[in-house]
Amino acid sequence: MIALLLILIPLLGGIITFFIKKEEGARTWSLLAAIATFIVAILGFTICNSAESLTYKAPWMGLLNSSFSIAADGMGAMLCMLTAISFPIIFVSTWNTRYSNAKNFLGLMLLTQAGLMGVFLAMDALLFYFFWELALIPVYFICSQWGGEKRIKVTFKFFIYTFVGSLLMLVGILYIYSKTNSFDITAFYNAQLPFDQQMWVFWLFFLAFAIKMPIFPFHTWQPDAYQQSPTAATMVLSGIMVKMGLLGLLRWLLPVLPVASYSWGDTVSTMAVIGIIYASLVALQQNDMKRLVAYSSIAHIGLMCLAVFTENKSAVQGTMLQMFSHGINILGMWVIVEIIERKFGTTKMSELGGIAKKAPALTIFFFIIALANIALPLTNAFIGEFLMFNGILGVDPNISKYGIPFAVLAGIGIVILGAVYTLKMARSVFLGETNSLTESGTDIAFHEKAILGIIAVTIIVAGIYPHHLLHSFEDITNSILNKSDVLHLLKTKH
Amino acid sequence: MNALVLSAIFGVVMMFSGVFFKRNAPIKTTGIIAMLLLLIANCMEMKGIKLFRFDVSAFMSFTDYALFFNALAIFATLVYLLVASGEMEKIGKNLADYFALIFFIIAGITITTSFTSLLSLFLGIEIISIPLYILTGADKKNLKSNEAALKYFLMGSFSTGILLMGIALIYGSQGTFAIDKMNFITDAKSNPNLHIAGMLFLLFAMSFKASVAPFHFWTPDVYDGAPTVFTSFMATIVKAAVFVGFVRLFGGAFAAMEKTWSVWIAVMIAATLFVGNITAVFQQSVKRMLAYSSISQAGFLLFSVYAMNSAAREGLLIYSAAYCLATIGIFAVLSKMDDYSFEGFNGLAKRQPVLAFTGTICLLSLAGIPLTAGFLGKFYMLKAAIITGQNLWLVIFAVIMAAVSAYYYFRVIQAMYFKDGPAPSAPATSIEKYTLIFICILIVLLGIFPNVFLNWLYF
Repeated sequence: MIALLLILIPLLGGIITFFIKKEEGARTWSLLAAIATFIVAILGFTICNSAESLTYKAPWMGLLNSSFSIAADGMGAMLCMLTAISFPIIFVSTWNTRYSNAKNFLGLMLLTQAGLMGVFLAMDALLFYFFWELALIPVYFICSQWGGEKRIKVTFKFFIYTFVGSLLMLVGILYIYSKTNSFDITAFYNAQLPFDQQMWVFWLFFLAFAIKMPIFPFHTWQPDAYQQSPTAATMVLSGIMVKMGLLGLLRWLLPVLPVASYSWGDTVSTMAVIGIIYASLVALQQNDMKRLVAYSSIAHIGLMCLAVFTENKSAVQGTMLQMFSHGINILGMWVIVEIIERKFGTTKMSELGGIAKKAPALTIFFFIIALANIALPLTNAFIGEFLMFNGILGVDPNISKYGIPFAVLAGIGIVILGAVYTLKMARSVFLGETNSLTESGTDIAFHEKAILGIIAVTIIVAGIYPHHLLHSFEDITNSILNKSDVLHLLKTKH
Repeated sequence: MNALVLSAIFGVVMMFSGVFFKRNAPIKTTGIIAMLLLLIANCMEMKGIKLFRFDVSAFMSFTDYALFFNALAIFATLVYLLVASGEMEKIGKNLADYFALIFFIIAGITITTSFTSLLSLFLGIEIISIPLYILTGADKKNLKSNEAALKYFLMGSFSTGILLMGIALIYGSQGTFAIDKMNFITDAKSNPNLHIAGMLFLLFAMSFKASVAPFHFWTPDVYDGAPTVFTSFMATIVKAAVFVGFVRLFGGAFAAMEKTWSVWIAVMIAATLFVGNITAVFQQSVKRMLAYSSISQAGFLLFSVYAMNSAAREGLLIYSAAYCLATIGIFAVLSKMDDYSFEGFNGLAKRQPVLAFTGTICLLSLAGIPLTAGFLGKFYMLKAAIITGQNLWLVIFAVIMAAVSAYYYFRVIQAMYFKDGPAPSAPATSIEKYTLIFICILIVLLGIFPNVFLNWLYF
């Protein structure tokens, strides 16, 4: 029931929002709907987290052996939690941003939330595909209507890219379905396709996930889309939507096609490492804060993808934790970029400077988030990245022989170059002398302090005491690794 | 049988209604009521109530599948009449004749979907085609309409010739017209070339009627030249009916030769999808884009012939329903526009929100976005093709082409919603608006609960 509510509240809330005439009313209503979802999520995942309340199954397309089956396992719950936290924060932080026709904007945002929740909860391949597309359509409309100058072209590129990916995934789903005759996730886990079929079906799925994450060389839609979209949509895209790809890898790829994931592991890891280095180098050259954050996000996602394919517990646990942490951190980053853009009308780093003198509170929050972005100890990202690097270095030589070079190269990109570009941004935007543009700057308002405060507290608490979070997805990690354990399979064969 | 006899009678009635009624309104009402009666009569036959008892078993057999499709076609025509009859008046003075011709086409459709003899197939196809030649040229003062009618007539007669030639060759080889008595097992003495040639001629002729590449060249000109309301009818209900005939012919008569023709069909699917989609991308006029898009949709429909399994037969019904509804909807929106170019749609969302919204749903369905009927249609076709287990490259090619199709459908959505402009258009009447909203609701319901629809088939 809880699981169903998590989809229904934003869905109905969103539909109702379209019919609220007054802008203030629509804003209040959408915020209330988002907060209601948040409360349901909190209650569901802490107090009444019995198995019955977290699963829901209803007959849907009987002829096709597909059912409306949703369930919140550890990973799904964590991502739903991330979604539930993010939307109220997004609504509050963009409270003062003016949109023409705000009710449609907010309605579409809530529909996106419903779609995302569905993706994270779906336990039926066809349902998963439905939600996968449903999360995309509202975002397409948001970005095309309320984005920047080049919005139509850029969003369209994003849409076509992801649409191609998801259609290929549909072929993959149908192919496995033609063998299992059921869309249920357990049937998919038991499909056990022969080796040669796994090898190419893998790419049908992986392309969809790689485009969504995005992994080099399928990332070209991303920086433009992040830059041109309205910031609220960018927060959704970068904070939550990219996690769809990672969830896809962990839930729908590794356990379903274990042999292919093992065989293609080094290929994919190489793509991820190239992406990390490349994105970090490009991030160094950026002058626009939005593009810098976008490229930094590509690098971080690349690391998570790399860690997933090492298939050991430390790395997968780290990935799951980092999925949550990255969502929070990049959300905070975008909140600050949005505040700066609203105050000064630009996000060009060369035109800004010395904001620290005018807005000390904003600066403090920025530094906490920036340090989390570099994964300094005591921040949430440190734990995640530590576990991931630990896992990559300690990868079983039977799975990959290149654990150490991968870890070193990823380390250069994420840890060293990451620190360079993040601190460079900090210096040129916040430190130094004020100029004519930033001269008139003021500090942030109370509600902005409050949300940045929540983000900062989350960063530090998760950095000091990650035990609860890690524990919550330990079961699912074990079960994923168990199902994708190829080495065991190979041993029993010989 | 009910629908066949009644539609022929109603056709004659409508012809004479032009003599009795001087104004257009009663003609429209009579036509719509007659169509409704036709639908009821057809549904009665689905329930086993037969109004006419002639023995036609040598020519036609009204199977459940055929009756179900007839119900679908008649229902779609009813919706079409509700949404388009207002525009029909504007074309010329002979409204009653247009209605009569549409009823005759329905009679042709009922024959085409239920033939058991090649002769009745020929009759059905011709009864569909000849009224269509006339409807294409209905706008008599318009040069483009005349040109389209002439082109369609010449090319159509030519393909009819090929159809007849094919039938003659098959008859020569088999000594019968009945599709269930055909036997293509070849021994050392007999020569297979005769019936292979006959089969290919029939394949080409049917492909022409269904506008499958490389026999599609007439389609863009005819669809573009014909009055928009009739293009809508031609491109949807008629095309779907031809496909049902197609499946019946190749699944019934030529099932034994599947190895021979499935390669041809696979290549034709690829060619149709490629030509239709790639050419549609470069169109400047929405109407012409929709003509090419209807070619590309024919490529997907052709999967039902290619796969020839139960999923394909179900898929053909869902795809036809989805495609007919969405295309009728988008053509109804188009017929309100003064300027058919993409720029002509700029800013429609602000001027006429209902038209823009319903048009968007129809376009999303045509593009195959989940939660719309169009997605399930594509889904079933791909499923059917994957179940056959061969030529998987074709499936992957088809989804890539589906992604290309999203490009041109979304161009219209972009123009309506994200660009500013005057969008010169005539206001829609309230009945048109409600019918359009009704179409959208059907599209979404069919997209979420296809079971309800398919269960009728398995009653």
